[in-house]
Amino acid sequence: MNSKQKKMLYRIVAAAVLVVVLQLLPESGLLDLVPVPLGLLYLIPYLVVGGDVLRKAIKGIQNRQPFDECFLMAVATVGAFALGEYMEGCAVMLFYQVGELFQSVAVGKSRRSIAALMDIRPDYANLEKAGGVIEKVDPDEVETGSVIVVEPGERVPIDGVIVEGSSTLNTAALTGESLPRDAKAGDDIISGCVNLSGVLRVRTTREFGESTVSRILDLVENSSMKKARAEHFITRFARVYTPAVCYSALALAVLPPLVLTVLGQPAQWGDWIYRALTFLVISCPCALVISIPLSFFGGIGGASTCGILVKGSTYLEELSRTGIVVFDKTGTLTQGVFEVTGVYPAAGVEQADLLEKAALAESYSKHPISQSLKQAYGRELDPARVSDVEELGGYGITARVDGRPVAVGNARLMAKLGLSPAAPDQTGTVLYLAVDGAYAGTIVISDVVKPTAAKAIAGLKRAGVRRTVMLTGDTEPVAKAVAGQLGITEYRAGLLPEDKVTQVETLLAEKQPRENLAFVGDGINDAPVLSRADLGIAMGALGSDAAIEAADIVLMDDDPARIALAMDISRRTVRIVYQNIVFALVVKAACLLLGALGMAGMWLAIFADVGVMVLAVINATRALYTRDLVRRNGLA
Amino acid sequence: MMKKTYKIDVDCANCANKMEAAAQKTPGVKNATVNFMTLKMSVEFEEGQDPKAVMPQVLAACKKVESDCEIFGI
Repeated sequence: MNSKQKKMLYRIVAAAVLVVVLQLLPESGLLDLVPVPLGLLYLIPYLVVGGDVLRKAIKGIQNRQPFDECFLMAVATVGAFALGEYMEGCAVMLFYQVGELFQSVAVGKSRRSIAALMDIRPDYANLEKAGGVIEKVDPDEVETGSVIVVEPGERVPIDGVIVEGSSTLNTAALTGESLPRDAKAGDDIISGCVNLSGVLRVRTTREFGESTVSRILDLVENSSMKKARAEHFITRFARVYTPAVCYSALALAVLPPLVLTVLGQPAQWGDWIYRALTFLVISCPCALVISIPLSFFGGIGGASTCGILVKGSTYLEELSRTGIVVFDKTGTLTQGVFEVTGVYPAAGVEQADLLEKAALAESYSKHPISQSLKQAYGRELDPARVSDVEELGGYGITARVDGRPVAVGNARLMAKLGLSPAAPDQTGTVLYLAVDGAYAGTIVISDVVKPTAAKAIAGLKRAGVRRTVMLTGDTEPVAKAVAGQLGITEYRAGLLPEDKVTQVETLLAEKQPRENLAFVGDGINDAPVLSRADLGIAMGALGSDAAIEAADIVLMDDDPARIALAMDISRRTVRIVYQNIVFALVVKAACLLLGALGMAGMWLAIFADVGVMVLAVINATRALYTRDLVRRNGLA
Repeated sequence: MMKKTYKIDVDCANCANKMEAAAQKTPGVKNATVNFMTLKMSVEFEEGQDPKAVMPQVLAACKKVESDCEIFGI
């Protein structure tokens, strides 16, 4: 609690004690000794607790903007005093302030917890000066190309390249990923990571202002300026609702007594005015006004702790209505690196032997294929075993391995050797191997699907996504295989990079009303598509400025499971928002009806005001907690 | 287009909405958003307007509707 809130608490406690004392006073007989009107005595706690509300209400009238919560409360309580209901007048004001205090504490708490979670701003950098002297400086003052030292336990302040030392890095604040990452000399290092074990010397490659940590903070701090439709709805609603309620209350106070008088019956002014006052107390819209922005704030905050940056509450809201998700295959669903995914030795050939021969024959090549063969073989290759290497463009390679002729290449190379091996039942780049002129086996190399991709697609479907579409430049069979493996409903193969926009536009035209299309890209060359889609989601955007700029939602790492997690968070947030809207409106409508009929007293009215608000705020803070959703998506 | 974000202080969500409405009506301001949760006001100025000249008026307009408010860094 801050000092303002503490002061409020003291006022509430003091007023509550006074009210209790005043309740006991008539029985004590003290009033008979000193004849003071009871109403005057009750004014003391009333003014102690509600003085500022009265002041604000008067100010509102002066500014010709009278219809707000303070006005409602002021009229209701002053009215109660005028009717001689001193105790109830005090109680309404007291509980109203308790509610306001509760709300203020709850909001402050979620502000602080989000600030703590996003506390990645480095305060200093250890700049290495000439002669190896280390000086603590403001990160802003470090020039690009300087060398900084990051001690264990410190946060990397500026992006750079490690020049000396090795360590493990905790990137949790950036990516939500709890597993530490290894780093050694020559590796790029991004600011915001925490150095866990060894001392690192880092040559900076950016200024502080352009470093990852500054860009993320900028994004987080300027998010939620784009308000959600639900928030606009409530603002507009309150603007119409409060005056409407005030006039209804006035009508309730005046019309029935007049009608009764005309009918020749007792007017019962006091009764009807009391009903009108309870009406005013019930109608206070604060439950809605606070709980909706609080829910979105919690949702955005909860998402950012999982490495999902949402640029505004409107995007969080729109994400929940996403029916079509379009993926750019490479880099989002697949890793974009080639790996040996299938080894089919011919009869009588050992699998390891086949891989070894292929890797040796290709060992002089710089082609990605040879890299993946080497990686699959996994042991050191002795180049001395290879001789007479000949690269045949468009065919493959021939060489002598341990003196025996080996040919590695495509089907055309095999045809040249008079061989016609059967194509494997697997998609990807197919390499055939011939040793001593005889077919020795087949190796398939393909872009590897990310391990969490299938789960992510399933998660999206569970979250209500109707169509998942994969766009790729790959050939039809490869696209078909990947789509089938992941459970993606549709794919478009053989696309050129510029075809992506047209494809997305076609899909946009096909979507149903009130449905959104989200495009997921890895941020490389897809800025136009990211901005064209209803929602642009950039993955693994730690390095890419253009993607951060163009996307509405930025995933800090390249794990597709975070897309499903983002969907789950958005859907829960929106659900909480609607729960609160419906709950508050239904309870209030019911109480208003009871109040108008004279069946609800001031105490029920206080519940309908403060009780509903407290419940709505508690419900709203749920949006901040995302741990169960993280676990559900297998990201814990 | 000139856009600036200011840190603000205000006590209640409805007061923040009032500040937003007041800021939007201030001459020289094209659009303004107040976020109660992050306590930030983002102001888009009209072409050729100096934020240093406009912001004091925005603050005055906000103070009028909500006396307990503050805009920092004007």
